[in-house]
Amino acid sequence: MITAIEVEQVTRCYGTLRALDAVTLTIERGEFFGLLGPNGAGKTTLIHILAGLTLATSGSARVMGHDVVGAYREARRALGVVPQELVFDPFFTVREALDFQSGYFGLRDNRDWIEEVMSHLDLSGKAETNMRALSGGMKRRVMVAQALVHKPPVIVLDEPTAGVDVELRQALWKFIRSLNQDGHTIVLTTHYLEEAEALCGRIAMLKQGRIVALDTTQNLLRRHSGCYLELRLVPDRLPESLAPLVVQRREGGYRLALRDYNAVERVVAELRANNVLIQELEVMHPDLEEVFVQIMHKS
Amino acid sequence: MSREEIAAGNPGPPPGEGGRREPFLTPRPSPLTGFYTLFHKEWLRFWKVSVQTILAPVLTALLFLVVFAHSLSGRVEIFPGVDYAAFLVPGLAMMSVLQNAFANSSSSLMQSKMTGSIVFVLLPPLSHQEFFGAYLLASVARGLVVGAGVFAATVWFVDLRYEQPWWALAFAVASSGVLGVLGIIAGIYSDKVDELAMFQNFIILPLTFLSGVFYSIYSLPPLWQWLSHLNPIFYMVDGFRYGFFGVSDVSPWLSLAFVGSSFFALSFFTLWLLRTGYKLRR
Repeated sequence: MITAIEVEQVTRCYGTLRALDAVTLTIERGEFFGLLGPNGAGKTTLIHILAGLTLATSGSARVMGHDVVGAYREARRALGVVPQELVFDPFFTVREALDFQSGYFGLRDNRDWIEEVMSHLDLSGKAETNMRALSGGMKRRVMVAQALVHKPPVIVLDEPTAGVDVELRQALWKFIRSLNQDGHTIVLTTHYLEEAEALCGRIAMLKQGRIVALDTTQNLLRRHSGCYLELRLVPDRLPESLAPLVVQRREGGYRLALRDYNAVERVVAELRANNVLIQELEVMHPDLEEVFVQIMHKS
Repeated sequence: MSREEIAAGNPGPPPGEGGRREPFLTPRPSPLTGFYTLFHKEWLRFWKVSVQTILAPVLTALLFLVVFAHSLSGRVEIFPGVDYAAFLVPGLAMMSVLQNAFANSSSSLMQSKMTGSIVFVLLPPLSHQEFFGAYLLASVARGLVVGAGVFAATVWFVDLRYEQPWWALAFAVASSGVLGVLGIIAGIYSDKVDELAMFQNFIILPLTFLSGVFYSIYSLPPLWQWLSHLNPIFYMVDGFRYGFFGVSDVSPWLSLAFVGSSFFALSFFTLWLLRTGYKLRR
């Protein structure tokens, strides 16, 4: 079966800087895939290579089986990209911008789909408004619509919710999830890790141009962390032996970091041995943000 | 936004029976639609601001005519039996055609590079030939529209002859093509407004003013005559004027050969720039 995205040993150098260093990655059709990393990790460079906006120094990349250089027309037709920067053409209305984008992809009569996309993104009321007159959030919606006008099977969203309000995020994720359920492959980069955790089935983490983690979201959450234990004690006194585990002291409580779940039993036994009663106990799972920080520090 | 809120954004079953829509189908593209759309967009880009892009250069040409014709009419006769004001009109029209053809492609590319909206043209499956053709055609179109505007505004004041109109049309199209291509090169090369202004003010404008728009080069000292023959815009203006008066400083065939070969050489160079993605696909 053809994969949605295949990246093989892709390297991109800017002078002495290796923005991407022999990156290999496969994304299957229908996946909701997260591409995470700190600023300058190479996420946008990788997206630009897939989109043909940047040429790889070496290696190859394919979108729906089409080489992004050798078969660029087919590859670009299969890909919809929402760029990171808020960009727009100030001469045109929303409808004109979408009609043009559709036309660039060779689609002459695409009005029904454009209307549907505008409706999903709550843009119908602004169809005849000039792009200059839109708020930042509305401009972002238009950029999403522009990426979707040609019904691409693979959609790449490069930090689509940066600086937009909660309402737009909700509407955007609702629409993107429905597209994913319809079979579109979604690739997302974001600095909002809670979004990635909630939406992405699989995640790749990049650091300094290299993939440092690649797994399902669940496996990443399981693999890289222990857990946290939140305690309220009577008396409010933690035994000395447990002090090295404290990561946060709260009023009337402690937050301990444990290497694994088995350690919970040892903590409880230690408290008992010191005649300290447990008033409240809650085991907390690590979230993606903590996993991300761990991985970035380790690698 | 919390994970729960994001998860709440899950719409559940999408529209349609059974919760899953029909599998999406990528629509079939029509050939040349991409090229036509880009040309149409470029046309609208200058048409929507026609006060600035069409009326303003027409007014400028009209002012040149009023000032120079008032000062020199009756005192200077460049071609036998041709009034100076009549001599001036084709030159002014050609100057406007050339400057606006250059301005169209260069400013469009420059602006879209600066605002980042060039990405909307680079992401689609447009070939470099389609990209080139659309920007070029829009430049030629703007040049010709402005040229027509200059004629429409000035013919009322002069007694113009039309000896070889097809020559005039051929030179207008070919010359606006050359400047349109130069505009594409300047737009691709320039990263800052200053760089584009350098092209405009230090190359295009002097070459246009020193091309024989206001005089015949045979009224110049020998050295300047010789230098004028190195100016490609001289051949454009001279050939264009031949279409009106049937008289020119050099053979119109030589001028057409010069303009045509310049067009093809610059076009090949520009297509190579676009194919390699120079300064566009970094």
